[in-house]
Amino acid sequence: MELLDFIFLNWHDILRMTWEHIELVGLSVGVAIITGVPFGIYISQKETLANLVLTVAGIIMTIPSIALFGIMIPILSIINQGIGFVPAFIALFLYSQLPIIRNTYVAIKNVDPNVRDAAIGMGMTTWERLYKVEIPIALPVIMAGVRMAVVLIIGIATIAAYIGAGGFGEYIARGISTSYKTMVQAGAIGVSILAITIDFVLGRIQKKLSQKVPKVTRLKEV
Amino acid sequence: MIEFKNVSKIYESGNKQVKAVDNVSLHIEKGQICVFLGPSGCGKTTLLRMVNRLIPISNGSIFIDGKDISKLNPIELRRSIGYVIQQVGLFPNMTIEENISVVPNLLGWDRAKIKKRYNELMEMVGLDPEEYRKRFPWELSGGQQQRIGVARALAADPPVMLMDEPFGALDPLIRERLQNEFLRIQENVKKTILFVSHDIDEAIRLADKIAIFKSGQLMQHGTPDEILSNPKNDFVRDFVGSDRELKRLTLFTVKDLISKIDHFQKRTTRNDYHDFVVKVNTDLRTTLSVVLSSPTGNAWVVDEKDRRIGLLSLDDFEIVTDIHTKKLKPIVNQG
Repeated sequence: MELLDFIFLNWHDILRMTWEHIELVGLSVGVAIITGVPFGIYISQKETLANLVLTVAGIIMTIPSIALFGIMIPILSIINQGIGFVPAFIALFLYSQLPIIRNTYVAIKNVDPNVRDAAIGMGMTTWERLYKVEIPIALPVIMAGVRMAVVLIIGIATIAAYIGAGGFGEYIARGISTSYKTMVQAGAIGVSILAITIDFVLGRIQKKLSQKVPKVTRLKEV
Repeated sequence: MIEFKNVSKIYESGNKQVKAVDNVSLHIEKGQICVFLGPSGCGKTTLLRMVNRLIPISNGSIFIDGKDISKLNPIELRRSIGYVIQQVGLFPNMTIEENISVVPNLLGWDRAKIKKRYNELMEMVGLDPEEYRKRFPWELSGGQQQRIGVARALAADPPVMLMDEPFGALDPLIRERLQNEFLRIQENVKKTILFVSHDIDEAIRLADKIAIFKSGQLMQHGTPDEILSNPKNDFVRDFVGSDRELKRLTLFTVKDLISKIDHFQKRTTRNDYHDFVVKVNTDLRTTLSVVLSSPTGNAWVVDEKDRRIGLLSLDDFEIVTDIHTKKLKPIVNQG
């Protein structure tokens, strides 16, 4: 088995790439969660702003990833960070905004209007209502958005290798340019295993969160 | 206690103005149940939701205990008003205990007091506090959920309750049971209650006063007996139905009727002995049905200990037209 030999000989490299990949995805999605979830909750209370934000985030999603990485280069060259980790981080951060913001927004909007009516009618302030009622109910759907973003970003992050950000993309890019089939396979399998594993773990977390909310809410994933 | 003064709600629809509530003035006494009755779209729910400022008032003002609600902080106002809606709106992420303790928690009660209150309220609505403490709303039946809804609204002991068709989504059997329980609870807590309904029978059963609405306007405001015996206009007459005299019978019990009959006890000397029997606390509508089905055209009245005290015949029902329920209301409520 050529592939197994390759992996056996290069396990050190593979471990480094796994770590680089996790670091890149973890940091960009992590920051995206910290900004995107509160932002999604905020726009769920401001209908006019919500349309604008979701449109802009949608437009960012339509930019091909390779182009977005390319755009970063001249802009970040001004501060001498044209290639490497920083432009990759920013591009991936932008890509994960849409699924996170949109799911958070939809999750909050989907809370049963009667539950919201009862919360307001009983004298909860906006903050109390969000924190005690709507966010706990919305959490599984918000988590589904995070999960979607993570899997998406793991895939896109392979392309970041072209601007020198490391990760499994390195093997894929180098393998293609040197027509080394086994190297491409090793990179692709590495990314796939990473994506499947993380998706599984996040799925378990999501399931755990869903157990506190009734079945009807649980099914409303977007 | 609650006073509506020339209250209107006007919605702009295109360049037309729609009056959802049109210049309504009403006064509700402390400790009474006032039912807002009318077909859908008559503005009764809008009027109700203006009281806790879920809907802003266009014109006029509402006073609770002499205080203009538009001058109060809406959050504090809502915490001092119990609110029950048809779809219950229990918080699915909270246990039953947490649901009931929401307002006491918002008001910052201490833990022991909240726990004591939870036990008290559960007993009041007839559910076992321990059994339901850690359960979630979706594990309960519709009737149980609405009991929790009522308990939750009563939690901080608010003087005023707003109830928007609380029993409307339940099946007739459970609805009637909850209505009776609700009256029993009201006997003890004596809240001032605004209750929205589209069901005339429910209104008759529960109300001290009924306010009937049509397209935002108040048609008639009075006791169930006044509305049934003296409908003010064609709309009210149509709405209460052509069987209004029959409905009126539900306001009385056999006890009310025989108290108007002289020498009722002496009628027992008659010789006919049959099994058509009514209790003294049966309502007169049911009694009439028993009398009509009896081949001899009369029914035995029995007291609480099942002793036969007299015979009631169809002719006796004529007296009902002269009885006024106002002073008899407490007796009816216990039935």
